Amino acid sequence: MSSSSGTPESWISSFCSLLGHEYFAEISEDFIEDDFNLTGLQTQVAMYKEALEMILDVEPEDDDDEDEEEEEEEGDESIEGEDHKVRRVAPDRRHHRMASDLSVIESSAEMLYGLIHQRFICSRAGIQQMSEKYELGHFGVCPRTYCEGVRTLPVGLSDVPGEDTVKLFCPSCLDVYVPPNSRFQTVDGAFFGRTFGALFLLTFPDYDISKKGMDTLGGHGARSMATTASDEEKDKINGMNVQNLGPGLGKGKMYEPKIYGFKVSERARSGPRMSWLRDRPVDIRELDEAALFANPDESDDDAGLNNGARTQPTQTLGGVRKMRRPNGGSPMSIEAFM
Amino acid sequence: MDDFNSETDSDYTSYWRDWFISSRGNEYFCEIDEDYLTDRFNLTGLNTEVQYYQYALDLVTDVFDLDCDDEMRETIEKSARHLYGLVHARYIVTTRGLAKMLDKYKKAEFGKCPRVMCKSHPLLPMGQADNPNLKAVKLYCARCEDIYNPKSSRHSVIDGAYFGTSFHNIIFQVYPALIPTKSSERYVPRIYGFKVHAPATLIRWQSSEKDDMRKRLRKLEIDSGFKDDEEDIEAEDSEEEEEEEVDMDVLENGGIEGGELKV
Repeated sequence: MSSSSGTPESWISSFCSLLGHEYFAEISEDFIEDDFNLTGLQTQVAMYKEALEMILDVEPEDDDDEDEEEEEEEGDESIEGEDHKVRRVAPDRRHHRMASDLSVIESSAEMLYGLIHQRFICSRAGIQQMSEKYELGHFGVCPRTYCEGVRTLPVGLSDVPGEDTVKLFCPSCLDVYVPPNSRFQTVDGAFFGRTFGALFLLTFPDYDISKKGMDTLGGHGARSMATTASDEEKDKINGMNVQNLGPGLGKGKMYEPKIYGFKVSERARSGPRMSWLRDRPVDIRELDEAALFANPDESDDDAGLNNGARTQPTQTLGGVRKMRRPNGGSPMSIEAFM
Repeated sequence: MDDFNSETDSDYTSYWRDWFISSRGNEYFCEIDEDYLTDRFNLTGLNTEVQYYQYALDLVTDVFDLDCDDEMRETIEKSARHLYGLVHARYIVTTRGLAKMLDKYKKAEFGKCPRVMCKSHPLLPMGQADNPNLKAVKLYCARCEDIYNPKSSRHSVIDGAYFGTSFHNIIFQVYPALIPTKSSERYVPRIYGFKVHAPATLIRWQSSEKDDMRKRLRKLEIDSGFKDDEEDIEAEDSEEEEEEEVDMDVLENGGIEGGELKV
């Protein structure tokens, strides 16, 4: 297994430098060589062994074990032939076989690499490598105007290969987009998987995801600097930094249809129907279900705003209701009130 | 002026405009009718906005015959393009202009929505401002009702004012049949199949906003434009809701004390 990890001509690096493969991380050979990481892939990929050897740049010609296996296989195929004959013909036949099956093995190797890649980018080393690519803006930017060119992450909509192509997940508006360049429409989404996008956000909670793709490096953005020391404690909501929960959404980041300066009414047939998709509570604390559960009198407010029918029972249950205070407040200060 | 009109109204080929709309990067523009361009009323106020207005107009209407150096010609050419754009914003909200843009929309000449759940719905060009030189053109998707940046850099430099803030909304008022059915389909971030808490709460909040809107519209008996199968589910839901509401009303009106005692 003396594979050429350092040489630039390794199969992995040449695969990753192909046109359209810009999103792929280079899987470390250690990861591939650990059989545990490949569990179950044997049944999913045709010519698994050959494909794996191709990925790891193991030359079958140099490998004695490999030769023997080849001969055995060929011996099975040509039972009627003599042993000597087979042995003499073997190199030629293998060459022939390699030539005809090379494309099959090549595509198997790509499939296998993709499936390992799906697992690799969720591992510590892989997600680190992907974060470097993210930092450099390798995955492009969100096409949505109000997201103002924040960087996206490659994701799949399915973990099963052959179902859909790779998509771009925008952490700022929590939506998925088709990559702008058609060359990515040949890349299988399963090679990135459904998990990576969300896992990335949880793995790197301190990334300022609202930072534009244009201004890449430079520490924390102005946004995170702006949060005062007192906000530190309530900086997290439901396990995510507040400023990273849909920063591209909400008031001022939503499109409002207008005709000659007048808003189109919701009551019009052609009126806005999808604003909810890009909306976000003015006070993001509304989403902090745990805190609201602890203070039920406050939790009634958001349900009660628009829906009279639903609030009436809760109203009687909840007793005296307080007006939502504009700063949202931390659970601590509410308790002080009570 | 009259001869000039009669001369150009005939099947005179519109060299400049033909060239303009067929040149690379100008795919979003439609051809403005000769009649429209030569009606001074339609150009009200543009003379202050466009440098060398008269020459530019002459160039656009193919009656330009000024002998000038290349530099001057270039300036006038630029003015002509600007003038054409500004008239274009007005023209595309007229009946004929809307029809022309509709054709282009149907052929998806403005591109397709990049949002996966919109399933390549065709886009419409729009501006975020009606004044020139403020914002570049954006693309509006009627399905998700959001705006996107054009893919190609040659389109992202076009002035948004050449399409205006109203056109893409007017077209759906004029052709209500074109309004696409809305879809509640959306992306839900997951880790190994499990929803992620923080985005999931936001998504729940958004869905409750959506349901509230649909109930509001239902009460007003306005079609919310969502898919039928969802509408049925929603209808059942809201009927139940309404029944509950009636019950509550009866309770409150009939015997407030009784109602409170129960609770």
